[in-house]
Amino acid sequence: MIRWTLRDGTYELELGRDPCNEIGTTVLGELERFLDQVDTENASALIIHSTVRGGFSAGADLRELYNGFMDVPDKEQEPRLREFIDRIHSVMDRLDMLPLTTIGVVHGICFGGGFELALTCDILIAEKSARFAFPELRLGIVPGFGGIPRLRRDVSNAVVRDLLLTGRSINAKKAVTCGLVSQMVPVGAGLRAARNTAEQANKFDPESRRSCKAFMKPLPTEQLEEEKELFVRLALRPVLQAALKKFVESDDPRPYLP
Amino acid sequence: MSASFDRLSQLCAKRYSVDASIIKPEGDVFETLKIDSFQAAELMSELEMEFDVEIPDYELQDIKTFGALAGAIDARL
Repeated sequence: MIRWTLRDGTYELELGRDPCNEIGTTVLGELERFLDQVDTENASALIIHSTVRGGFSAGADLRELYNGFMDVPDKEQEPRLREFIDRIHSVMDRLDMLPLTTIGVVHGICFGGGFELALTCDILIAEKSARFAFPELRLGIVPGFGGIPRLRRDVSNAVVRDLLLTGRSINAKKAVTCGLVSQMVPVGAGLRAARNTAEQANKFDPESRRSCKAFMKPLPTEQLEEEKELFVRLALRPVLQAALKKFVESDDPRPYLP
Repeated sequence: MSASFDRLSQLCAKRYSVDASIIKPEGDVFETLKIDSFQAAELMSELEMEFDVEIPDYELQDIKTFGALAGAIDARL
């Protein structure tokens, strides 16, 4: 469940879907609902944080993705997949370009699609428990929610390759070192740090703040389109379906570890 | 056992409120601490920061016991 409040010019968007904010059509619909009503004239900042114990988000809802594949005849798979990917890219792009200072607060798991959601934020604050990863290659695909161009926008290509080609997770300290995260704070202190950051953003002239963001954070439109095509091409192969089947049927107690 | 094992067992005992004596080199990490995959990820962050090391996940995939985990940490010190 996603909830939001607007107080003193700051939206707080709470991700609260058990077990770990898996992103499927439900979460997507709720994010769309938020974006449709967000009042950017009377707000300066947006904080995105998770209220579930496991972390920020474990990524795409793989069970829904698997069931979606199973129910759809072969010839309908590509249009259905494209429809979903277009929809999720639209949500990520809208979040990315919001004329608010957006602050992501990450604790625990921030993997795959969840990492892609975090990467839409202007500023990331990580609690010491945070771990970031792109484990998609384990499923025979690449990140498909716009994560590759967004990560490339923020950190060096070497870091992007390391994360993508090994699927390994990195901790908050490493994320600070490589320039992905602005502040590392103790466990439980992320929201407070984000509120302080939002309060600072609220002091600035709105036009200057919006213009600065637009200038410093352009949308990597061409690369996003390329990533979409790459994702669809790879996702339509039997490799993904086999990997999803293995994941869904697995009784491994460590399904979220790459 | 290595010095890393002693520090590892003390950290786990404190973090998960268990008696350090139940943490044995041959003990299964998940079963002994009764943790799930999310807590395991948090534990990895804590261990990496405590020992000031980086341990890639793929080096830990087959590790089940505290002794093996301490060995993986030692290999990175």
